[in-house]
Amino acid sequence: MENLALTESTYYILLSLYHPQHGYGIMQQTEQLSGGRVHLAAGTLYGALTSLCEKGWIRPLPAESGSRKKEYQLTAEGVQVLKHELARLQQLVANGESILKEEAL
Amino acid sequence: MREKKTVFKLFFVWDFEKEERWLNEMAQEGWILDNTGFSFYTFVRCEPGEYIIRLEMNPSSDYRAFVKELGAEYIGGCVNWVYFRRKAELGSFELLSDIDSRLTHLSRINRMLSLLCLANLILGITNSLNQARCGWLNLLCAAMLSYALGRIHGMKAALEKERSLHE
Repeated sequence: MENLALTESTYYILLSLYHPQHGYGIMQQTEQLSGGRVHLAAGTLYGALTSLCEKGWIRPLPAESGSRKKEYQLTAEGVQVLKHELARLQQLVANGESILKEEAL
Repeated sequence: MREKKTVFKLFFVWDFEKEERWLNEMAQEGWILDNTGFSFYTFVRCEPGEYIIRLEMNPSSDYRAFVKELGAEYIGGCVNWVYFRRKAELGSFELLSDIDSRLTHLSRINRMLSLLCLANLILGITNSLNQARCGWLNLLCAAMLSYALGRIHGMKAALEKERSLHE
């Protein structure tokens, strides 16, 4: 697996898609999870959804009849990417905490 | 019938943020964009601050549907540029929220300008060689498009510098 950091937008989009969700739902969930700090704009989200589908980390769900809104969900590969990223973030936090704590003493 | 007015105004392609600011100032004054095309803007009366307006260069019709799903109205477009408005009461309305997507947007503009520039260059050269009278016009267009490409390139470089430090 590529050892690349995800952007904040990508990370929150993937997290939001653990359960099926449409565009507006992803925006709302991201805003809620980040306490209003991360705001996904329409074009940013659209571009990210397109590239994440191409990468195979998420997939569009077959459209339900009567609903115009397209829903997406994480793929097995997407879950792996998220787990990988979580481990990376945990290391970042642990390193930051240990060094800054030493400084404080 | 709602009061209407049409304004003729030209913006340089790299001034799209200035154009968007101007359109939002008009909306603050109670004039919301209702139709647009090359160099003209038709406004209708609205409540001051009723709408937020955003524009982007994105030719995808799928994208237009996506933005509409989010409660925005598609106003119109001009050479791959699309204009949307959304009621301010629905909350903040933006199209590009991070550096990466702003860079992608600039690359898209870059690609369109490069194609136009190349086409004008080829036409200009063939027309000049064939002693056609309008050859210099194409070459002038190519020169102006090259300048625009330089401006967009500068904007991209500034964003890339920022991107090397943070998202």
